Amino acid sequence: MLSVSRLNAFYGRAHILHDVSLEAASGEVLVLLGRNGAGKSTTMKSIIGIVRPGAGSSVTFAGAEMAGRPPHEIARAGLGYVPEERRIFTDLTVMENLEVGRQAPREGLAPWTPERLFAIFPNLGRMRDRPGGRMSGGEQQMLTIARTLMGNPRLILLDEPSEGLAPVIVEEMANAIRQLKQEGLAVVLSEQNLHFAARVADRAVIIEKGTVRWQGTLATLEDEPEVKAQYLSV
Amino acid sequence: MDFVLIQFLTGLSNASALFLIASGLTVIFGVTRIVNFAHGSFYMLGAYLAWTIVRAFWDWGGREPYLFVLGVLAAAVVVGLIGVAMEMTLLRRIYRAPELFQLLATFGVVLMIQDATLAIWGPEDLPLPRPPWLRAFIDIAGSRFPRYDLILAIIGPVVLALLWLLFHRTRFGILVRAATQDREMVAALGVDQKKLFSGVFFLGSALAGLGGALVLPSQSANLQMDLSIIAEAFVVVVVGGMGSVTGAFLASLLIAEVQAFGIVLLPKITLVLVFLVMAAVLMVRPYGLLGKPQAHARAASGAVEPTLRPAPNILGLAGLAALLIAASAPFWAGAYAITVLIELAVFVLFAASLHLMMGPGGVVSFGHAAYFGLGAYGAALGLRYLALPMEAGLVAAPLFAGFFGVVFGVFVVRLSGVYLAMLTLAFAQIVWAATFQWVDVTGGDNGILGVWPSAWAADKSVYLWLALALCIGGTLLLRRFVFSPFGYGLRAARDSELRAEAIGLDTARLRLAAFAIAAAAAGLAGGVYAYAKGSVFPTYISIPKSVDALLMVLLGGVQTVTGPIVGAIAYHGLFVGILQATAYWRAALGLAIVVLVLAFPQGIAGFARDRWERARGLEAA
Ligand SMILES: Nc1ncnc2c1ncn2[C@@H]1O[C@H](COP(=O)(O)OP(=O)(O)OP(=O)(O)O)[C@@H](O)[C@H]1O
Ligand SMILES: [Mg+2]
Repeated sequence: MLSVSRLNAFYGRAHILHDVSLEAASGEVLVLLGRNGAGKSTTMKSIIGIVRPGAGSSVTFAGAEMAGRPPHEIARAGLGYVPEERRIFTDLTVMENLEVGRQAPREGLAPWTPERLFAIFPNLGRMRDRPGGRMSGGEQQMLTIARTLMGNPRLILLDEPSEGLAPVIVEEMANAIRQLKQEGLAVVLSEQNLHFAARVADRAVIIEKGTVRWQGTLATLEDEPEVKAQYLSV
Repeated sequence: MDFVLIQFLTGLSNASALFLIASGLTVIFGVTRIVNFAHGSFYMLGAYLAWTIVRAFWDWGGREPYLFVLGVLAAAVVVGLIGVAMEMTLLRRIYRAPELFQLLATFGVVLMIQDATLAIWGPEDLPLPRPPWLRAFIDIAGSRFPRYDLILAIIGPVVLALLWLLFHRTRFGILVRAATQDREMVAALGVDQKKLFSGVFFLGSALAGLGGALVLPSQSANLQMDLSIIAEAFVVVVVGGMGSVTGAFLASLLIAEVQAFGIVLLPKITLVLVFLVMAAVLMVRPYGLLGKPQAHARAASGAVEPTLRPAPNILGLAGLAALLIAASAPFWAGAYAITVLIELAVFVLFAASLHLMMGPGGVVSFGHAAYFGLGAYGAALGLRYLALPMEAGLVAAPLFAGFFGVVFGVFVVRLSGVYLAMLTLAFAQIVWAATFQWVDVTGGDNGILGVWPSAWAADKSVYLWLALALCIGGTLLLRRFVFSPFGYGLRAARDSELRAEAIGLDTARLRLAAFAIAAAAAGLAGGVYAYAKGSVFPTYISIPKSVDALLMVLLGGVQTVTGPIVGAIAYHGLFVGILQATAYWRAALGLAIVVLVLAFPQGIAGFARDRWERARGLEAA
């Protein structure tokens, strides 16, 4: 469904991503693992088009080339993006935040409505008219995912969804991701928390210094302590 | 008591027009981050278009009120479409350019619209014929009050309510509010920014057009409407908080009431009063009544400012050659050329002084003409009241300007970004208003005449040498500042305030010192200019004069020290060239500004340096 090959990215003159290649199939949960500054967020931003991929990069999604297209077109093609910093619209209420994310229904998928989302994120349903700025970090994290789902994506990019959340909320988050997988969505998430990743993801890609160092299933990763020691903070 | 009520109502009706304009400006700024100078021009176009359309409707169907309403709305829609055209052809290309370039590009549009309006409607003021129903009065507390003004007073709150509904009950409005906070995120959610921005420009421009059309019955369409309203609209937007519609409403009430009472109680200083209110509000609330700190615009990734380096030797030689040619002019050039060269020397110093603030200081002064004018007036007032000779006058000029530089600087250096630019503009308007309204002291519009050089410098050639010595000497001195420890400290403060303070620099003081030095240098330029012209006028302090200075610096490029010099020469060349060549010099100048901003977003000198370095294979470290 998503196929990234030879992705290069730059901030000014700094070369950040070097020929990153990865694939995600529909119904699959892929996790990008790597330490601080490894290039996980940059990979996601380049896929969604906020950072412009360098020449020669290719990002195909559902059979079409995305590299070089503006973010709104990529999002409309069915790629949802949930940023690490959440970026909730603090002046807007929960319902209004959801409205900003709303896009036309997508063929073959049951369209998301606020009611269906509140079934997954019950907290949000209890604060429909609360401005985003007066919500806790965990509630904001739920809202930012729900907001992206309103665009009816086929694949959703989640940048460090468990970061800074209390253990109970992390549990809720894991449930939500499993539920999305059941709905048939592909999920690409980035994580530093290997335990969380192991509970939700099928496959892992390890990135370091902007280069893919290892990929395979999470089960295989369990048996490779030297890989974990070298590239992850465990 | 009646007087209070009547003035209050007058204030309300003025507040409505002001609110219409300011709300459009603030919405456009909120979403696109563009400070649209041309917004005042849209207001003016609204009045002119309404004059044409309403009269056409009346010719067709009689002078009926409903046709007036239709005509006003039609004018607003047409202005909205003009705004969209400007957004699509010009602004779309420069959303990522530095703030100031956007401001200048829109100022280019101001000039073009001015000439287009002049060409289409002619130079005369155009009043709308007023049928009896437009002239009607009603009795309020025993006084007669124009009914139309009362209707205007109601329109403001009605529009506020409609805008509230638009922003809270429609998808477009919700997207606008979201984009005001984080437009990149809105795009990542699948919203086409282009359409959103065009929509916002339509709304904002149409509101300005509506404002212009609505004031037509009470003040007739004229060519001064654009710049006279834009300064006020900026004040309202800044006082209300950039991007806040409700803030704009409160601020327009405040400003309009201050004016309505000021004009009766303190007629000499109403203009000053408005800007004092603004300065006072910003002192207490630096982001305006309802504004929020700018989550400083997630800068376009990777826009790192190049370091400032001394120019290569070859440029120094070229400069020396140019100086020698200029100094030898009396031996080969005519009187006119000498006059032009004197002006050129003045503008080089003027531009270099602004560059010190903008480049190394990182303070974008939008009212630099204030210090130029203060220098000129310092010399002229010294002559008038203390009979100072030229020699003393040329000392008084930089001192006078530098003094006010310190006074204003104390307020200004605490702010940043657009607010700072607006506050400097406001101070310039205060100085302008003082020279313009305080007729007893400054001669008002007629200026002060007879500011001639001492006998030994009365000859044009001698004065040229004097001007070159003072202005080029001053410029070289400024250049020394830039590469002195003071200059490095200043740039450190600009690049990272925290880090600079961590190594023990007092950043606010550094900036204040830079502000004062720049003001004094501009004052010297103004003084030299005053004696060259023999007179001083309030126009020395007008907005276009401040824009001149900005253009010179930006033409040359902020990142190079040679920039302002090249810019002053290029600009003056452009100006003199165009002025002589065409009747529509404003439009030509405006077009030139727009083209230059689009073609050289780094300025001429920045562009040349890039080329030069690339040609020699140098990589900036
Ligand atoms: N806006 C930027 N400008 C310049 N360099 C940046 C920018 N954003 C990130 N970088 C650099 O790019 C590299 C990769 O950053 P990225 O944010 O992709 O890492 P990450 O894997 O998401 O890290 P984290 O786990 O801390 O979120 C880092 O070295 C970082 O310093
Ligand atoms: Mg990250």
